[in-house]
Amino acid sequence: MNPSDQKRLFRELIFYRRFEDRTYEAYMERKVGGFLHLYSGQEAVATGVLEKARCGHDYVITGYRDHVHAMKAGASPKEVMAELYGKETGSSKGRGGSMHIFDPTVNFMGGYALVGQPFPLAAGLAMGAKMKGTDQIAICFLGDGANNQGTFHETLNMASLWNLPVLFVCENNLYAIGTVIHRSTVVQDQYKRVSGYGIESSQHDGQDIDVVMEAAEKAIDHVRSGKGPYFIEFMTYRYRGHSMSDSKSYRSKEEEAEWINRDPILIYGNRLKEAGILSEKEIKKMETAIDEEIENEIIKFAEESPEPKVEDLSKYVLDDNPDPRWIGPLQS
Amino acid sequence: MSEITIAEALNQALNHEMAIDENVVVMGEDVGVNGGVFRITKGLQERYGAERVMDTPLSETMISGMSIGMAAQGLKPVAEFQFMGFIYPGFDQIISHASRLRNRTRGRLTCPVVYRAPYGSGIHAPEHHSESTEALFAHIPGLRVVIPSSPARAYGLLLASIRDPDPVVFLEPKRLYRMMKQDVPDNGEALPLDQCFVLREGKDVTLVTWGAMIHETRQAAETLEAEGIEAEVIDVATIKPLDIETILKSVQKTGRCVVIHEAARTCGVGAEIVAQISEKGLMDLLAPMQRVTGYDTIMPYNKLEKHYMPSVGRILLAVKTVMEYV
Repeated sequence: MNPSDQKRLFRELIFYRRFEDRTYEAYMERKVGGFLHLYSGQEAVATGVLEKARCGHDYVITGYRDHVHAMKAGASPKEVMAELYGKETGSSKGRGGSMHIFDPTVNFMGGYALVGQPFPLAAGLAMGAKMKGTDQIAICFLGDGANNQGTFHETLNMASLWNLPVLFVCENNLYAIGTVIHRSTVVQDQYKRVSGYGIESSQHDGQDIDVVMEAAEKAIDHVRSGKGPYFIEFMTYRYRGHSMSDSKSYRSKEEEAEWINRDPILIYGNRLKEAGILSEKEIKKMETAIDEEIENEIIKFAEESPEPKVEDLSKYVLDDNPDPRWIGPLQS
Repeated sequence: MSEITIAEALNQALNHEMAIDENVVVMGEDVGVNGGVFRITKGLQERYGAERVMDTPLSETMISGMSIGMAAQGLKPVAEFQFMGFIYPGFDQIISHASRLRNRTRGRLTCPVVYRAPYGSGIHAPEHHSESTEALFAHIPGLRVVIPSSPARAYGLLLASIRDPDPVVFLEPKRLYRMMKQDVPDNGEALPLDQCFVLREGKDVTLVTWGAMIHETRQAAETLEAEGIEAEVIDVATIKPLDIETILKSVQKTGRCVVIHEAARTCGVGAEIVAQISEKGLMDLLAPMQRVTGYDTIMPYNKLEKHYMPSVGRILLAVKTVMEYV
């Protein structure tokens, strides 16, 4: 990877961290409603994997911690923020909020609030791509907690049976909401759980974006070349609670400190500094520019966008104007 | 032209759409090699290949969920569940995702899936193999719920359901699959998905029903005719969205209404119909409306089945009750 791409990637990591931090503030100001699940700490996974995917072409689907996946897949940060604000200009016109970011224009096929539910949808996306004979793949990001749902096992069986072009990315952050993995799951190495379905799999460090990209590239090649599904597990950590109402009482400060030492921005930043690609001064400049962009463009856009119209409440439920082709003569 | 059954009419509709639209695919348990548990998909895999007529594992969640992912790309999956009671593992995907794809994407994507299932009683099996839980689906915004009750309507409504851009839960009264025959020209003409069908005109009482209960309701109407009472029989056909206008127009004429359905009574679709008539047509009524329904119990086995299902006698009794008001 050339230095300018490395700088861009580093900037993306900081941008996503700052975006989530600013979202947190907006939530505290009650500008964002409902529930909010932040991605801080896990940025290297979505950023690294999707850096190696063909965004806009491949299908991307994930759970409710979805802002970064959507943006890296190609959704506009302004539209994502406006969606969080529940504004008409949001990616789902302010109807979905944080957990339902959706942008079919770039094949980002949604965040989903229900744990484990995107698995079958991802298999369907892969099936569709296969039937249409495109070289698209479906990339399904979910957490370790999702793997205790039946959908996980049913999807693995069918994806393998039908040799579907789907990449399962397991972001193992060690906690299923507030329950630590060893209290919920017998086999804690998630990549080992798929062997019974004849699916190739591997486990990697999710905090080092270079490691993530190298592993993702191989996995994506495997899937795109027609060798069937692949399951890739990244060990990672979320810094904030599961959602905003979570006090993190279920884990120790020591554990958190250990993971913060392995922060993906810290690791990548140090590497770029040591290689002489970035200086501390440039990083500071970058951070300032990002904060300005978020405040002056993204937040401003969300703040100034119109609220959804009340009269649109019943829109987009069923086709309001069915094509006359669908209506034939009455018979009995 | 030879006459065909509902089962054959459904097969004819599937064959017609698969021939003219390569995006139509069929998936489900035993729909391919075996032609489906009730042989509705017979011969399709031979004609269109295993890629378009897919035998799935016994995994209803996958049948309902995968079809959504496929539909999001413009494919038109027709997914079969072997019995209505088998849908529930896939219910989550249908109500949480299929019905909401249009809304979540603000109309940029729709979900043109048809979820087919044999429906209702009549084969002496208990519980899952005989129940009629259409109200569960009718309650969900973003779904159409369609129940045909004749070969012609089975053909025309299935064509319309496949062509519709939104998800349709298409429930096939299995008792009627091979009960009656009709001429059904294979002309590709669909029927509307937002209209009731008036099967018999009458001025004295409106009988509103759907599915296999058409059979008992028509018998009751014939008996009433012999007694000098002219009953109007309406087949609702599309349960959701409900064509209340046709029903109200009939009630305006007759002033009396009996709703007949096989499903359990409480919160059944009959309750919704009666509520809407109360809201919009109360002043047209000459008598309190009556419902003749299944009971609030688990669908029973074998010989008890006939005691559960609304009979001609129960329908006549309800009509007698509404006719007593003068």
